[in-house]
Amino acid sequence: MLEILEKTARENGLVTAFAVVGFVMLISGFLSRKLTFGRVQGSAIAILIGLALAWVGGTMSGGTKGLADLALFSGIGLMGGNMLRDFAIVATAFEVHPEEAKSAGWIGAIALLLGTVLPFIVGVGVAWAFGYRDAVSLTTIGAGAVTYIVGPVTGAAIGASSEVMALSIATGVIKAIIVMVTTPMAAKFMRLKTPRSAMVFGGLAGTVSGVSAGLAATDRKLVPYGALVATFHTGLGCLMGPSVLFFVVKVIFGN
Amino acid sequence: MIIYGTALLAVCHLMGIILGESLGRALGMTTNVGGVGIAMLLLIVLRLYLHRHGLFSPTSESGVHYWGAIYIPVVVAMAMQQNVVAALSGGPMALLAAVGSVFVCAMFVAFINRMEPEHRESPVEGGTP
Repeated sequence: MLEILEKTARENGLVTAFAVVGFVMLISGFLSRKLTFGRVQGSAIAILIGLALAWVGGTMSGGTKGLADLALFSGIGLMGGNMLRDFAIVATAFEVHPEEAKSAGWIGAIALLLGTVLPFIVGVGVAWAFGYRDAVSLTTIGAGAVTYIVGPVTGAAIGASSEVMALSIATGVIKAIIVMVTTPMAAKFMRLKTPRSAMVFGGLAGTVSGVSAGLAATDRKLVPYGALVATFHTGLGCLMGPSVLFFVVKVIFGN
Repeated sequence: MIIYGTALLAVCHLMGIILGESLGRALGMTTNVGGVGIAMLLLIVLRLYLHRHGLFSPTSESGVHYWGAIYIPVVVAMAMQQNVVAALSGGPMALLAAVGSVFVCAMFVAFINRMEPEHRESPVEGGTP
């Protein structure tokens, strides 16, 4: 019996994923209503449960893809993978009011630039405080603080050691998770209410995964505006990391 | 036909990725530069065009709306496959760098958004103080 169940789940990965995620959302909605009386959004709880399950999956399998590394839940990898994530993000653009997006375009671009440079400076500073002195390591860890894709792309381009690369990726992943979890809590403080504010947030917070999950847990209507800006984040970071930013670090710290 | 909407979405998605990839190559990189953002802009423009000419039926539209609505579950599935174990074992330096950059950025978001004019319906030409 158990074997039949397992075989079915394995051979119908994506369908199993729909059922599992739907069940998690159902529980989250229930917890949201009964436990927090609607103060914490159901989707925020669902994302937290998702992260907890990712930890369980990662611990059990020893892999890097959380729950998706367990054969039973491999469909989660497809459902939450880049392809479907981006497909769904593009679909949200259907709800965008072009005037709103256009009028806040310039502030979004400024936020995007700040969102690349500021985390980089913080990352370089922390790496320096922890004893790193060479420009390559400093740049790679700084780039990891931008997003977990910018980090390894930059590191690979300028020849960082694998230990530094791992640190850089870890920094980016932790950042994405912090953004996912804390955005709903900090939404009031950040004045996340309007399309314009969401675009500023999308530019500054970076990481598509962090922004998309953070906004989803705050206000679903703001998602497309934040995502519109955030999707340029990784590209800009990968462009600036190995070039301008590396150059500046080299000038300041030598070699 | 519902598939028309989904197909339109798919074409925008693919076109965006192709353009983002080409932009990346043109800039001498192997990564995609804003492909998804370009796809979103394409969809916004195409939707306006099709609406103006009455070429998109509500049924076709629901082929896009479904995927927009499935977005949050997809994000939950994305959360389920984060490398949480590695993040937790990244050590104090990774944690400090991440917390620090999130904190600094949040301060800037709060700062910039406080400058937003109250009546957001009007164009934001007065956005700079």
